[in-house]
Amino acid sequence: MSIITESSRTKEVLAKKYPSNEVMLDLKDLKKVYPTPKGDYVVLEDLNLQIRKEEFVTIIGHSGCGKTTMLSMIAGLNPISGGNISVLGKHIKGPGPDRGVIFQSPSLMPWMTSLQNVMLGVNQVFPSATKQQRTDVAKYYLQKVGLEDAFHKKASELSQGMQQRVGIARAFAIKPKVLLLDEPFGMLDSLTRGELQDILIEIWNKEKITAVMITHDVDEAIFLADRVVMMTSGPKAKIGDVLDINFERPRTRKSVLEHNDYYAYRKHLIDFLEH
Amino acid sequence: MKASIALGRVTKFIGLGFLTSIKDLFTGKLEKEDFKNFLRKAVVPLASIFLFLGMWHLGSKSLYNIEAEFKIEKALKDQGQAAAEALKTCIASGESSCQPNTLPSPAQVWESFQSLLRDHNIISADKAAFIEKTAALNEKRIAAGKDAIVYTGRPSFVDQIFRSLQTVFAGFLLALLIAVPLGIFIGLSPTLKSAFNWFIQIFKPVSPVVWYLLVFMIVKTVLIGSTDDSSFTISFISVGLCSMWATLVNTAMGVSSVDKDFINVAKVLKLGTFQKIFKVVLPSSLPLIFTGLKITLSVAWMVLIAIELLAQSPGLGLFVWEEFQNGANDSNAKIIVAMFAIGIIGFLLDRIMLSIQNWVSFDKQDAI
Repeated sequence: MSIITESSRTKEVLAKKYPSNEVMLDLKDLKKVYPTPKGDYVVLEDLNLQIRKEEFVTIIGHSGCGKTTMLSMIAGLNPISGGNISVLGKHIKGPGPDRGVIFQSPSLMPWMTSLQNVMLGVNQVFPSATKQQRTDVAKYYLQKVGLEDAFHKKASELSQGMQQRVGIARAFAIKPKVLLLDEPFGMLDSLTRGELQDILIEIWNKEKITAVMITHDVDEAIFLADRVVMMTSGPKAKIGDVLDINFERPRTRKSVLEHNDYYAYRKHLIDFLEH
Repeated sequence: MKASIALGRVTKFIGLGFLTSIKDLFTGKLEKEDFKNFLRKAVVPLASIFLFLGMWHLGSKSLYNIEAEFKIEKALKDQGQAAAEALKTCIASGESSCQPNTLPSPAQVWESFQSLLRDHNIISADKAAFIEKTAALNEKRIAAGKDAIVYTGRPSFVDQIFRSLQTVFAGFLLALLIAVPLGIFIGLSPTLKSAFNWFIQIFKPVSPVVWYLLVFMIVKTVLIGSTDDSSFTISFISVGLCSMWATLVNTAMGVSSVDKDFINVAKVLKLGTFQKIFKVVLPSSLPLIFTGLKITLSVAWMVLIAIELLAQSPGLGLFVWEEFQNGANDSNAKIIVAMFAIGIIGFLLDRIMLSIQNWVSFDKQDAI
């Protein structure tokens, strides 16, 4: 098990924040190549990133830089061309419920109710639990995302925002080791986005599941993250810069916006993106 | 109010939505802004029906005149003036034996329809009487281990319709049982797809007549020595084989084109093959499968007539053929009655399938 040595903060802060300082997710020399008729197209190269247990990392970068490719490689949905990805020291082989994914489009089965959609995962992950226990788990998370009145509504009858709430419940309910979020709020209007960010961070504060989230939104990146990872533009994208966000948790939007460091963080990210 | 909503639903369900508008007109529910809608939905279809009937009437009248003139002229040439005059008065008197044989008018068809219904009432009364008469005897025969005596009289027009429906449903069921599972396998496996592709491409365009002959060759040998009438078996198998292709192709397409997001969810959750098929792939391809089944049913109904005719299997097809061979005075009108029966039943079957399709499809958009 590797230990993170690199640190831009004092050791006490780190020790307080991550008692174990254990690496949950480790990307080593990750490479992705798509063969084309004109030769290989290298999307990612020499990408190294370590994410601690209980850390929330957001990834920001220009469109098409390979963020989504990277995330789907971590999810196991996209084959790795070089290097490796490990979860708790074990190399991943294909997709699995230890890495829950919240997709950009909610990707709910429209013919199922919201409860059935969550149960689909819960049944798979807790096969030995009783039906009652599994239903309770699914209902608990649906309640957490504010859908206690929509257990038996068909997914196709829910609004986009409601569907993504089910997506969040589905991902948390299978209790993954790592949560992967691929721009989950990108398709929502800004009001709904804010609501869902609050819901997400509220559940996350309770569950502390190591999370990697792709976003285009600088404010979202700062509000949610312990670290913001900035990726360079492709081809051959890699990690350009990492910014530690030292706000206390639990956070509220107000406290974050009023914090003295907020605009410095924001400027740092925007400067990176504009170069 | 509730009843009228229910009626609206029923008429919409069977695809006769314009009936609701007509009812609204009489119950005074029609608003001014609805008037245009009403015109389009109720007046225009009704007007076009009357126009159709009018043109049909005029057309049949002119065909009647051509045929009559030809007959009279022929009589004049072959048999002389007196015979021609006699024929002329005979035609004018409406005597059935000398009527020109041509396209019947709407009124004649309506008359034939009623006579077919009367005929049906007579036959079913006869049948009921026969069953009543033989009930006691049959009980004894069955007790003695002998076969019961069954009614072997001529089937009525309505009986023929039910017989045709039986054949078409048996054929449809056969198509469903073959095409849906096969389509799922083909859709899931690219290997199977390339194995079956030539088969589908070559057999899909084969005509119903040839399918019938093929099935006839096989069934005749398989049922060799059996005394049972195999015409029903042959016709329903032919109907099934003719009509299953749409379902096969649609099912395979539906299964192989499931939304990538759904497949990704299944992968992340590590659903087993069985679960993946039944929880994700099948539900998501149901709308396309039902589109295929809808086409299958309408094709089955269409080829049924030709196949019954060839197989001499009782039903509407045989009815049409027998009337054509019969050449009686009202045969042509009866054929047209059968034509309308075929058309209307086909339309109703299509509507039923459409409603089922709308019911199973999850996106709830109105299919046409």
